[in-house]
Amino acid sequence: MDFITQLLVAALSSGTPLLFATLGGILIERSGIIQLGAEGLMLMGAVVAAITFIHTGSLGLTLLAVVAIGAALGWVHSFLTVTLRTNQIVSGLAMTLFGTGLSAYIGKSITGIPIPRAVPKVNLDFLDGVPVLGPLFAHLDLLTWISFALVIAAHLFIHRTSWGLHLRALGDNPPTADVMGIPVQLFRYGCVIAGSMLIGLAGADMLLVYSPTWIEGMTAGRGWIAVALIIFARWNPLRAMFCAYFFGMMDTIGFKIQLIGSAIPSYFLKMIPYIVTILVLMYLGYRNRNKPSGSPEALGTPYIREQRF
Amino acid sequence: MTSERHSLEMKRIVKQFGSVLANDHVDFDCKPGEVHALLGENGAGKSTIMCMLSGVYRPTSGEIRIHGREVKIRSPKEAAKLGIGMVFQNFRLVQTLTAAENIVLGEKSSFWRGPGWMKRKQEEIAAIAEHFGLTFPVNRPIWQLSVGEQQRVEIVKTLYRGAEFIILDEPTSVLTPGEAEQLFQTLEQMKKEGKTVILTTHKMKEVMSVADRISVMRKGRMIHTIDKQDTNEKELAKLMVGKEVDAMQREIQPPISEQGRVLLDVSHLDVQGDHGRLALNDLSLQVRAGEIVGVAGVAGNGQKELAEVLNGLIPWKRGSIVFNGREFKNASVRGAIEAGISHVPENRMKSGLAGSLGAVDNLLFKTYRTEERSKFGFLRSRANREWSKSLVEQFDVKTPGLDAPVRQLSGGNQQKLLFAREVNRQPLLMVAVHPTQGLDVGATDGVHRLLTGIRNEGKGVLLISEDLDEVMQLSDRILIIYGGRIVGEMSHEKADRETIGMYMAGIQETKEEAV
Repeated sequence: MDFITQLLVAALSSGTPLLFATLGGILIERSGIIQLGAEGLMLMGAVVAAITFIHTGSLGLTLLAVVAIGAALGWVHSFLTVTLRTNQIVSGLAMTLFGTGLSAYIGKSITGIPIPRAVPKVNLDFLDGVPVLGPLFAHLDLLTWISFALVIAAHLFIHRTSWGLHLRALGDNPPTADVMGIPVQLFRYGCVIAGSMLIGLAGADMLLVYSPTWIEGMTAGRGWIAVALIIFARWNPLRAMFCAYFFGMMDTIGFKIQLIGSAIPSYFLKMIPYIVTILVLMYLGYRNRNKPSGSPEALGTPYIREQRF
Repeated sequence: MTSERHSLEMKRIVKQFGSVLANDHVDFDCKPGEVHALLGENGAGKSTIMCMLSGVYRPTSGEIRIHGREVKIRSPKEAAKLGIGMVFQNFRLVQTLTAAENIVLGEKSSFWRGPGWMKRKQEEIAAIAEHFGLTFPVNRPIWQLSVGEQQRVEIVKTLYRGAEFIILDEPTSVLTPGEAEQLFQTLEQMKKEGKTVILTTHKMKEVMSVADRISVMRKGRMIHTIDKQDTNEKELAKLMVGKEVDAMQREIQPPISEQGRVLLDVSHLDVQGDHGRLALNDLSLQVRAGEIVGVAGVAGNGQKELAEVLNGLIPWKRGSIVFNGREFKNASVRGAIEAGISHVPENRMKSGLAGSLGAVDNLLFKTYRTEERSKFGFLRSRANREWSKSLVEQFDVKTPGLDAPVRQLSGGNQQKLLFAREVNRQPLLMVAVHPTQGLDVGATDGVHRLLTGIRNEGKGVLLISEDLDEVMQLSDRILIIYGGRIVGEMSHEKADRETIGMYMAGIQETKEEAV
């Protein structure tokens, strides 16, 4: 494999967890609920994946457990924000703190245990002959292919189904959605729970594929990058894909530079994705300074039906 | 069982919001194929009772019957099933969706919606729209449609859902006279199809021109229901307000203004708007000392930007603003304040007052820098309290206390407080935007007196309002704004509603008119 292909493969594998998390976040935020708990959810997903896989050795059970923990935490977030109408930012931060703490606690006994390869590769040997992009797709793992499918599914769901129409209406104008007979609260619950499952899967993907050993705080801020990616992607699944891989590449580029051998200290190289986040935010802020952000209009506002205006 | 003559009946409906009784044992009924006008002032409880019919609110007590059968309407969905559709004053449309998407929103059928499905729906919607004479671009996002078109989308939405009872809440408040005329023709068509139209309004003229029956509400109570041919405007006005209004209005007829010096001279002003277009496009106007200049127009033709640019809130691209002999160099709010311009903004709770603060703080906002109010950067609390107290008394603001959050005050008292702050500064020019929006007759009268008072002291007033009656009644000179420029000008004596309406609709473009 040449250097470019290597870089792309690395970008893909490091970008896939980001993609899962960003897709989940888009689903949640499209319904009008702010999602800042991604870091905690990813860590919980990762630790649960590690524990289940070490004890059962079954990929199916592992993914099931991860989805279940994502759903449970998603339910908590939706109960807090939709039913109790607590501040969505505070609730999200609480999820992150809670997930970080709890995952560290329950992961103590398995810290440092290497996880054997869990996710099968999908080998498409005939692609090996195709230059540059061929080897890239020839030996991807199952979860990566699932993430591709999810991007397309999310796009079609949002733009081509009745529920997607509901979702778009809901995030922009909940009172209207309500008047049109859309069960606002129920829909928000559904979106937050489903989205949280995806973010949990992001953590599992990170642990099972990208760095197969549980270490406390192993996501290292990727949950937060996913939060930023939602904004870069302007709440659009197709754009989310490109954004996730771009940041995946930034993530690995430091590592690659290190391999080539450079005088820059590794700590600086590890800062690359975070610095790029800030730079891209500044650039986008400047470029779109006269445009609406594309964010769902009702993002962050709880909905109560009987309200006097 | 009651007779089938009435397709819809509401009986002894009570609605309570906390301690406020919004509807007090209201009875209301409709016949099939009639236009029934529900007449009342702002806050009379018209919208509340209609919201209960459309499932937005639930009544505290009382019963609703449709075709003689008692029903409970617990949600807008249930209302739609019963054939009730409501067009709200603030449209319930999702701005980012297309007109067609908005109309099929909430529809159960077909989870998968490929391009073919959407196309069929678009055709279906276009057919309904055409049948009732309500055309709009089906496939454009709502934010690109005009207000009149948006309203048509709303009406077609109710028809598409098979509504038998169509409630229109203050439908003409956002329309030009021409658009309103078109709407009334549609109502005729709907009547012919056997639909029942309920129309809430406070405009007498509309009631007399389209309604078959009229119900008058006042302060949450149903006062009277009457056939149109048995009544007249005067009687309705009396029922609606509960007292003779004529006398009150005569008193503040403007005197012939003496030509004072030019206070404000705006020439060839261009201001950038939100979506890349020019919000003000080569706008010129003058305000002299001792006159009220009224700016009439349909919402969104640059009124907001005009007020903002005069108060230094937004910059301008081209042209000049000369105030009191001095040219404004750049947009500066403080500059405008210190030059002597007062501002009563469009939305008093958004940009006029700070809702969670008390009267004292709100009164201080524009004067806290002066010698009397602060010293070395510290506010003179005691003096300020005394001063606020005297202002509150002078302007007759009813407040539970000087520190009570002004959000809790009624709209009229909020407006009085705002005027207290703005008038007390002894401004040379008052820019008032929709100053009586949402106020009852008494408070409106108070505001009108304040404005004429400012004029009579030899100062200038620029009155920007969508209420044509208000503009015509108060202004010495009327300017009509359309598409960001002044397209017509008339003196008080020569103003007539029809010509103004033509200008507002952009039909008449010539600028030369009797001045």
